[in-house]
Amino acid sequence: MTLTAHAEPGARLPFDLARIRRDFPILRREVAPGVPLIYLDNAATSQKPVQVIAELTRFYRDHNANIHRAVHTLSVESTELYEGARAKVAAFIGATDPREVIFTRNTTESINLVAHGWARKFLRAGDEVVVSEIEHHSNIVPWQMLRDERGIVLRYIPMLPDGTLDLEAARQIIGPKTRLLSITAMSNALGTIVPLEVLIPLAKVQGAVVLVDGAQSVPHLPVDVRTLGADFLAFSGHKMLGPTGIGVLWGRLPLLESMDPFLGGGDMILTVSMERSTWADVPAKFEAGTPNIADAIGLGAAVDYLAALGMDEVRRHEIEITDYALRRLGDVPGVTIFGPPDVRSRGGVVSFALEGVHPHDVGQVLDTKGVAIRTGHHCAQPVMTALHVPATARASFYIYNTVAEVDTLASAIESAAAFFHRGGVGI
Amino acid sequence: MTGTLLDDLYRDILLDHYRAPRNHRGIAAPTCSADGANPLCGDEVHIDVAVAGDRIVDIAFGGHGCSISQASASMMTEYVKGRSVAEARAGVEAFQQMMVTAQAAGIEGFDDIDALLGVAKFPARVKCASLAWKTLEQALAGEGGAVTTDERSAEHVRGI
Repeated sequence: MTLTAHAEPGARLPFDLARIRRDFPILRREVAPGVPLIYLDNAATSQKPVQVIAELTRFYRDHNANIHRAVHTLSVESTELYEGARAKVAAFIGATDPREVIFTRNTTESINLVAHGWARKFLRAGDEVVVSEIEHHSNIVPWQMLRDERGIVLRYIPMLPDGTLDLEAARQIIGPKTRLLSITAMSNALGTIVPLEVLIPLAKVQGAVVLVDGAQSVPHLPVDVRTLGADFLAFSGHKMLGPTGIGVLWGRLPLLESMDPFLGGGDMILTVSMERSTWADVPAKFEAGTPNIADAIGLGAAVDYLAALGMDEVRRHEIEITDYALRRLGDVPGVTIFGPPDVRSRGGVVSFALEGVHPHDVGQVLDTKGVAIRTGHHCAQPVMTALHVPATARASFYIYNTVAEVDTLASAIESAAAFFHRGGVGI
Repeated sequence: MTGTLLDDLYRDILLDHYRAPRNHRGIAAPTCSADGANPLCGDEVHIDVAVAGDRIVDIAFGGHGCSISQASASMMTEYVKGRSVAEARAGVEAFQQMMVTAQAAGIEGFDDIDALLGVAKFPARVKCASLAWKTLEQALAGEGGAVTTDERSAEHVRGI
């Protein structure tokens, strides 16, 4: 018996917004009586379709067992499903060898895995790691920790006022001492799509290794590691319709093989004696202990869903809705939109400020209208510092969002302005 | 009905303090001060206190944040100014109890502050309202030094 997740692999479905919305049960709930949910916090986490929820349930109901270690039927099935999910993820990002896909908890753990397993082993004092000013904290803090521990030098490609990176500065910063370029493909705070096709060759010419933080790009843009030119790609399952607690590190096989393990324990060894142990092959070397079997399988179902839609169609939908949102919100008096003005240079993220109203208060008023957005620094404090704002309000879109929802967002922002400017009456 | 809920949170007196904050300035020679931050929201407050004997003779605050954090700071300064340190500490305790129990503190001088009662219904905003009070507590315990109420203020990230 072959255990596939759902539908036929490779079957392509038309991008039918009404049908897509029916797949997400949470979109039918109300946040208060008569107030339907409008979920615009997708850069933080996405909602889950019934296909993913059903796959999780099906695994626990019908197949649950530990993997790799038993001859009994359930264990064989679990192993087949888990490794099947790895193959699906590999295919989704264009990796030819599923062994190059390591399951982790999330993007943060994936980046830390490279910091511990690769950088700690191969970098020396004075070696330079280059990141950018628009990174999520998860791609800053591990390198600061390594700097403090090992004396590496951490350098930042600066952000320009429009939220794009200063490529001229990048040409100066990436140089012979650069050993690692660790860079986001898309800013979670501003939506900026980083021109990796420019930056990665600059690092490669210097012989540097390249890690791409794909937490925002893999869920929203077509990504193919065969053309990306990077050595590592880190991303999270929960932002791409999958469960929380499952993430991925893709890496080139020779690099992964050269690395030290991150955690020691069961499942990552070849042999253990009282004196010493030898490591299992990739990917088991990096998956110590019982892994997150069910959620990996759930991620496999999520990848099936996205692959059936087609990532080019996902991107097309998000350009359409973001373009509408930029124009619609841009017309609201008092609204300042941050980030690149050109919709082709940004993902489905609109970070904004409302004059005279703190983002936190904007978010509170929007919540009473059912509109869920994010407010705060979005784990990107250097971006906030560069913009001279303490925080922003951020709406972020995904496959199920509609222009009608953007209209509700815009009128809710107008309500927030009216509420705070008039003194709290008549909302 | 959503209006009712919002009006409950954002009472007129709160918005008045937000728009026209009291004691929003500095003190030339504070005897103690403290900084407080809610790193996840970006709210920041700085409090200067001038204590003479056991009495708070002057207090001022600075910083930025949402309407609730700023209004609460403004109300706090009005309440403690002229009171004894022990009274101020009792006020901090009463305020924190109010956030936990969602019951009016019922103490003298808390009239405006009782308008923050609605915040207790919004768990995500309690930390905004509490920031200035916790910072005051730290300042009074700080013996003239500056302290931070939240150690997660991301020093790591600011070091670029």
